[in-house]
Amino acid sequence: MVAPHNALRKPVSSGDQAESVMRVVAEKPIAVRRSFADRFADAGFRWLITLCALSVLAIVGFFVYELIVNSQPSLKEFGWHFFVGQDWDPVSGEFGALPFIYGTLVSSFLALLIAVPLSLGVAIYVTEMAPGWVRTPISFLMELLAAIPSVIYGLWAIFVLAPILRVYVGPALAKSLGWTGFFSGPVYGIGMLAAGVILSIMIVPIIASITRDVMAAIPQTQREAVLALGATRWEMVRIAVLRNARTGIIGAIILGLGRALGETMAVTMVIGNRPDITKSLFAPAYTMASVIANEFTEATGTLYASAIVEVGLALFLVTLIVNALAQMLVWMTTRGMPSRAHGQ
Amino acid sequence: MGVGIEVRNLKAWYGNTEALHSVNMQMGANQVTALIGPSGCGKSTFVRCLNRMHETIPGTKVEGDVRIGSTDIYANGTPAVEVRRRVGMVFQKPNPFPTMSIYDNVAAGLKLNGFRNRHRLDEIVEKSLKQAALWDEVKDTLKKKSGASLSGGQQQRLCIARALAVEPEVLLMDEPASALDPISTGKIEELIDELKANYTIVIVTHNMQQAARVAGFTGFFLLGTLVEFDKTEKIFTNPSDKRTEDYITGRFG
Amino acid sequence: MASRALGSGSQPISWTRRLSNSALTIFAVVCSILVIVPLFAIFAYLVIKGIGSINWAFLTQAPKPVGETGGGMGNAIVGSGIILGVASLIGIPLGIGAGVYLAEYGRNWLGNAVRFTADVLNGIPSIVVGIAVWSLVVVTQRHFSALAGGVALGIMMIPTVSRATEEMLLLVPRTIREAAWGLGISQWRATLSVTLKTASAGVITGVMLAFARAAGETAPLLFTAFGNQFWSFNVNQPMAALPLQIFVYAISPYDDWHRLAWAGALVLIILIVGAVTAVRVVTSRGMMKGAT
Repeated sequence: MVAPHNALRKPVSSGDQAESVMRVVAEKPIAVRRSFADRFADAGFRWLITLCALSVLAIVGFFVYELIVNSQPSLKEFGWHFFVGQDWDPVSGEFGALPFIYGTLVSSFLALLIAVPLSLGVAIYVTEMAPGWVRTPISFLMELLAAIPSVIYGLWAIFVLAPILRVYVGPALAKSLGWTGFFSGPVYGIGMLAAGVILSIMIVPIIASITRDVMAAIPQTQREAVLALGATRWEMVRIAVLRNARTGIIGAIILGLGRALGETMAVTMVIGNRPDITKSLFAPAYTMASVIANEFTEATGTLYASAIVEVGLALFLVTLIVNALAQMLVWMTTRGMPSRAHGQ
Repeated sequence: MGVGIEVRNLKAWYGNTEALHSVNMQMGANQVTALIGPSGCGKSTFVRCLNRMHETIPGTKVEGDVRIGSTDIYANGTPAVEVRRRVGMVFQKPNPFPTMSIYDNVAAGLKLNGFRNRHRLDEIVEKSLKQAALWDEVKDTLKKKSGASLSGGQQQRLCIARALAVEPEVLLMDEPASALDPISTGKIEELIDELKANYTIVIVTHNMQQAARVAGFTGFFLLGTLVEFDKTEKIFTNPSDKRTEDYITGRFG
Repeated sequence: MASRALGSGSQPISWTRRLSNSALTIFAVVCSILVIVPLFAIFAYLVIKGIGSINWAFLTQAPKPVGETGGGMGNAIVGSGIILGVASLIGIPLGIGAGVYLAEYGRNWLGNAVRFTADVLNGIPSIVVGIAVWSLVVVTQRHFSALAGGVALGIMMIPTVSRATEEMLLLVPRTIREAAWGLGISQWRATLSVTLKTASAGVITGVMLAFARAAGETAPLLFTAFGNQFWSFNVNQPMAALPLQIFVYAISPYDDWHRLAWAGALVLIILIVGAVTAVRVVTSRGMMKGAT
């Protein structure tokens, strides 16, 4: 990769003497004007794009600042108890965020539970098995899946997924796995399970596409080496692909987790929005993102509003850590390996 | 009209590696000077110092004096951009701007330098393409076809036309024919012969026959030093340095 | 089954190995099908439930009050257009500028810091962006506005645009830059008129993807653009947006609104899929045609 650079920065070209420039211009047959203007323009241009780059830092810095400042009243009032308190009662001024944290973690975990095997399966199929003519369409369909807006997933989940869960899946689960306690009580269709399922559909494209890229980055020679020992395809995938790609795959999963944790609309539309901690996945729940979406505009009073901003701050920090970790893991596996192009 | 080039104690570095060791050289106006030598000998680095292209690579350094005509190009206050406007360059691989039409490629140097006279621009584009012996092949598709759609040889002549359009005084050519077939190479060589009436030309080549065919003077570089610089005839028939003789007789890399 | 023959060449592959091998194949194929099914299900429902309600009134009228049937999402479609226009004015220049900086001057600590921060920005939940922009614009203006919505979406576009710009510029070979410098073209013109122009197809791709993503964003608009049941063309006033309207109607108790929500979703997805497909077509034709 080319490392482009500023050509005019070398010591030999610094300084601004008029004389020699004019002399040069004078010898030119075609009058070319403005070498000064050009140089000011160069400096100006460089400043301009540096400002654009700095704006990214400024925006994120500003976000952090605003979140911290606006959550001060709540931070001062509740301290760490905010994150372990179970009661969220705006009327009595009692704000504990545990139900939201619980709802966010459980729905995201549920989503991973469903999405990870599916994503691995798709990625293995696309990189190791699919004939060439299938790969491109599958990749394209995954792209489409990733492009569907959250609100449309939510709409579909309310009117299609939730009834299916209520009528078919819920009763079946209650019958077979009801004894675990995870599938008990009335099945509304809407609730933690619905949130987990719709989230899983939403994060599959992310996990699968990165996993595919990571797997594709493994040199073909590794695969051939294992096959040459008489391994079956499954053994080749296990030994050559999964083992070599595992760091990157974990990174992909964590990236999916980051997306699930912050996902707002679809979850808000189907999780039921009740700040309770219940073992049964049929029961309604609430997430950090949903409480912000539902209550921020109607939060009356400084404390209420700042409690919600604090939830936002916590959500920001958690996704920041999760994403940074994931980026690092993906970067560690794909670094230096030439990636096979998509759908190749 | 071309101008002379005078190089004094020119040194160039890549990082901490000194790639040119104190080169001294004088090239006359309207002469074709060929630079030969094994790869990695510093001949390309040398020409890239003549239009201050060397310093665009990060971590590089140049020391010494280069005078193009009366201008000390490395003096404080001489902008590199100005130097490159007067010293045209043709690169090893044809590099037309892929998103521009043939016309726009040739006009690029002038347009992007703020030259706006449409009528005059048309004239210059035609003149430059004629000088580069490409006019007849492209005149019907000037604004329709992209520069990248031409054949390799045509692309290189397009790049020459592009360099000529800004009416430089010196034309640097860094192995301009190395990526071309023999017929295209022949055309480029004929072109060089015609262009020397108006330009001072410095051409880097790894092909000794080519140097012998096109150049009045030839310099032989080895390991970053200019070993010998003389009339081409003399270099190829009666070199004064043993190393030059070894190289031109093929007893060398 | 496994015989204990000495020559490994004569040893058949054990049945467990064969079984696990076929199991993997079946697993992978089943997963691929399972993943694709919801996609088709979603599209099918959007078309079946939405197409009947898309008519001239839907596209041109504002919503009717509760209880009256009919009405449409014309104001929300126009509102989305206006908000996205504001977002593009902010997100595209800043994103391209940052991308140019990263590609041309970004091999230093500042470049790395910006790259990392852009990744952070990309990962911030959109609802959190909503809160932050609320305190920046809404609190300052003292009311919700389309402007605030545009700022929120514009900020969300920056990382995608800058990443695409940087990657595409780095694909432009050095020889093209040198050709421009060799003509004595000043740095900024060479960057804009030659390097960026050469990479333009790829950059446009990135911009369209960012735009499509922003078009479907709902969460950041909840407390910025806020929504509006009426026509509004004033960026300083609350404004309806298509995704926002879909959300409001979807969670409402009225069948007629549900019907409109499906129709709105169909319109939205057509716009987005159109953009993504166009991008796919452009990229498959070769993004950097002739640039090597």
